[in-house]
Amino acid sequence: MNAEQLEKTFQDKVDAEIRIEPRDWMPEAYRKTLIRQISQHAHSEIVGMLPEGNWITRAPSLRRKVALLAKVQDEAGHGLYLYSAAETLGVERETLIDEYLYGNAKYSSIFNYPTLNWADIGAIGWLVDGAAIMNQVPLCRCSYGPYARAMVRICKEESFHQRQGYEIMLTLCRGSEAQKAMAQDALNRWWWPSLMMFGPHDSDSPHSEQSMKWKIKRLSNDELRQRFVDVTVEQAHFLGIAIPDPDLRWNEERGHYDFGPINWAEFWDVVKGNGPCNRDRIRARRKAHEEGQWVRDAAMAYAEKRKARQTAAEAVASPTPVATYS
Amino acid sequence: MNLEPSHFEYLLRLADNALILGQRQSEWCGHGPVLEQDIALTNIALDQIGQARMLLAYAGKVEGKGRTEDALAFLRDAGEFRNLLLVEQPNEDWGYTILRQFFFDAFNFFLYQELCDSADAELAVIAQKAIKEITYHLRFSSEWVIRLGDGTGLSHRKMQEAVSDLWMYTGEMFLPDAIDEWAKDAGIGPSLQAIHVQWNARVREIFKEATLELPESGWMQQGGKQGIHTEHLGYILADMQFLQRAYPGLEW
Repeated sequence: MNAEQLEKTFQDKVDAEIRIEPRDWMPEAYRKTLIRQISQHAHSEIVGMLPEGNWITRAPSLRRKVALLAKVQDEAGHGLYLYSAAETLGVERETLIDEYLYGNAKYSSIFNYPTLNWADIGAIGWLVDGAAIMNQVPLCRCSYGPYARAMVRICKEESFHQRQGYEIMLTLCRGSEAQKAMAQDALNRWWWPSLMMFGPHDSDSPHSEQSMKWKIKRLSNDELRQRFVDVTVEQAHFLGIAIPDPDLRWNEERGHYDFGPINWAEFWDVVKGNGPCNRDRIRARRKAHEEGQWVRDAAMAYAEKRKARQTAAEAVASPTPVATYS
Repeated sequence: MNLEPSHFEYLLRLADNALILGQRQSEWCGHGPVLEQDIALTNIALDQIGQARMLLAYAGKVEGKGRTEDALAFLRDAGEFRNLLLVEQPNEDWGYTILRQFFFDAFNFFLYQELCDSADAELAVIAQKAIKEITYHLRFSSEWVIRLGDGTGLSHRKMQEAVSDLWMYTGEMFLPDAIDEWAKDAGIGPSLQAIHVQWNARVREIFKEATLELPESGWMQQGGKQGIHTEHLGYILADMQFLQRAYPGLEW
């Protein structure tokens, strides 16, 4: 088959909702797009451990501490599945990690915001995981098999995290004045960055159209953002805290909430590295990576020594087995 | 002799070891040397905090003053904590953390094996659940001690340094005081001398494989079990107890 035929067979499969698997032929641009998207997602899970990890040692009860530890650990697990999914496309985890620690690879900008009070842990679960779920549920039907399958498992865990986050918010909002003020403060700071998580408006989203055609992406940024707003506004009402948007109102005609303009200048600033925590996050991840080098080297050296000893032992043992020990 | 406080104190020692070591390990979450090990160490932290919760809740019940697991974890000051000095030592690096874990796991493993048959039935049930976890912890930390000890020249040197720094905190584990004697006589806890023998044998075996040298038994620090701690514990508590202290009496 020539390239054109291959491309057509590929697109026909995608159109027929047949999953693309690692050994199948795929256009180079499809492979590159997936590597970029899956690895960005993996990096986001790993960097995302930091803002929440910030409160593990200060969690206000042992039950909350255990839940938060387990949650942050789940994120490490998500990073692991996603790096594995990316590796099926012929790229090493180590290379991908180097690209975000020392190169230009991105991760979700939301994690460049700080966690300043305990309610931030609730708000992240409720809003950030909530937005992530909106983005990720459609990815369970992504045309690339390993990514879609990783997303099924991830979405299950994310929705558990989201309920947990909302439950933290609810406890605070039913608590003292100080606790309710923490919850409001967290919502004020996390609301707009959460809306930005869906990415630029459809008209400004460079990769969207091709991704839709390849069925990597199923719904547009603006559609997903609107869904998120519609669901979340009701949840905020139930909590009794106010969404920090004076333009927010129900639009009977559209059947959706209208909301105010997003500060895209801020969004791009954070993407470019000027968010409140960009430097801290990368520094923390580099530190972990660099301080872990001797550990990784030792593990590797030990594994090799062991293998060499085994081979030597087998060489001695195999020609004339004298006795067997059990 | 007032038996109740001893029983409570004995349980607190077990609980505080689990809690403070769990707290220390949880500092690693998100900062581990490899993703897989970050996950593994967090598992151990989760197990240990889980054990601490069961033990603190039970200690509170034995004390009979209505203190919950959280009241005991968040509203006691350093002098009221009964954990070993070893478990409050800082993480420093992966080697220290692993070695601290190994010294403690080897002790805890033989201790909990005995506690599974404790005359205190409720403690025995907790121990039977915990021993499965502790068995895994000991395997994990033993394997890493070997890997780092017999890894590269650098890893060997780092481990040997950690051994010389942490060794002085191991003696306290086996030094019985009146409460340990009370627990042994009541059939609640084991003889610490017997545990010491088993611990020594295991540590020797693992160190041999790890090509690490045991220090000449030198001066041993002590005091944790009686509430005289190192300077580190105050900072652990300052972090851990912050919200409960700053906003007292609330639900979270």
